[in-house]
Amino acid sequence: MKEDPNLMDCYEFQAQLPELIDAGGKAAQHPHLQSCALCRALLADLETIAEAARQLFPIEEPPDVLWKQIESVIRDEEKAQEPARRTPPQ
Amino acid sequence: MPDLRSPQTSPDPIRRSTEAVAPPKAESVGHEANRRTNLPSSGDADILARAQAGDHSAFAQLYSLHKRRIYSLCLRMVGNVAEAEDLTQEAFLQLHRKIETFRGDSAFSTWLHRLTINVVLMHLRKKGLSLVSMDEATEPAPEGSPGRSFGAPDLILSGSIDRLALERAIGDLPAGYRLIFVLHDIEGYEHNEIASMLDCSIGNSKSQLHKARLKLRDALRPFPLQEERR
Repeated sequence: MKEDPNLMDCYEFQAQLPELIDAGGKAAQHPHLQSCALCRALLADLETIAEAARQLFPIEEPPDVLWKQIESVIRDEEKAQEPARRTPPQ
Repeated sequence: MPDLRSPQTSPDPIRRSTEAVAPPKAESVGHEANRRTNLPSSGDADILARAQAGDHSAFAQLYSLHKRRIYSLCLRMVGNVAEAEDLTQEAFLQLHRKIETFRGDSAFSTWLHRLTINVVLMHLRKKGLSLVSMDEATEPAPEGSPGRSFGAPDLILSGSIDRLALERAIGDLPAGYRLIFVLHDIEGYEHNEIASMLDCSIGNSKSQLHKARLKLRDALRPFPLQEERR
């Protein structure tokens, strides 16, 4: 790896990108980006994707029958527990 | 912030109603808005306290309040409707069994969320899936793969991403990528938390997240990938 970040090529920059992105704004300020439109575009896309993911809300509704199934199992479990609770210890 | 600690009264299971209870239809908008902050409304705290005391109707309300979030989490993590339904059911059954143990050390929604993730991870482990190496994520990225792809300027994403397209692309990710992307970018977990959950290194979590984003980038491109290197 080249020590001078200005001389870093795209491979080297991208190899460091996971750490740079995780470090907050450090990626956007990297000297390599001043001269590399390709990596600027890459970083912009990755940030856009991460931001879009943060905006995702729960959108899926489980089927109504699921609650009936859950309720049925709960009732069965409680029925199974009741005799044991009602039987006094010997 | 309301106190979510459990009521002092000891619940009596024998007194629990066994009548069928229909969950309320509407889901609280306030709860949706609090998805990331996990701030419960005072109504939620009251419902929780009653559910902890064995009130079936209150448990049904908890289900209604949290079902979409839990189901969406399961669906995004496993990418399969039938499995997501089974896992949602298992998560709420576990909740019912364990709700008395919730003491308010964290927000209830955070606690339920973590319980659900544990249910999903246990399910994936039972299926024999290695949670961080079930795909090409741990293999060296070949030339031209997303890990080393270079985007031409004309392929830059427009700055806004269609939500449905993103959901589809996430669903198409390899399982290991999807898991970490969902946990980090959607659910907001930190890499150290993910590493702990998945029993992997923090570096592995970061690396897989990066590769997941690169794969999504390719999937969301308006045009086929064209390699351009310098």
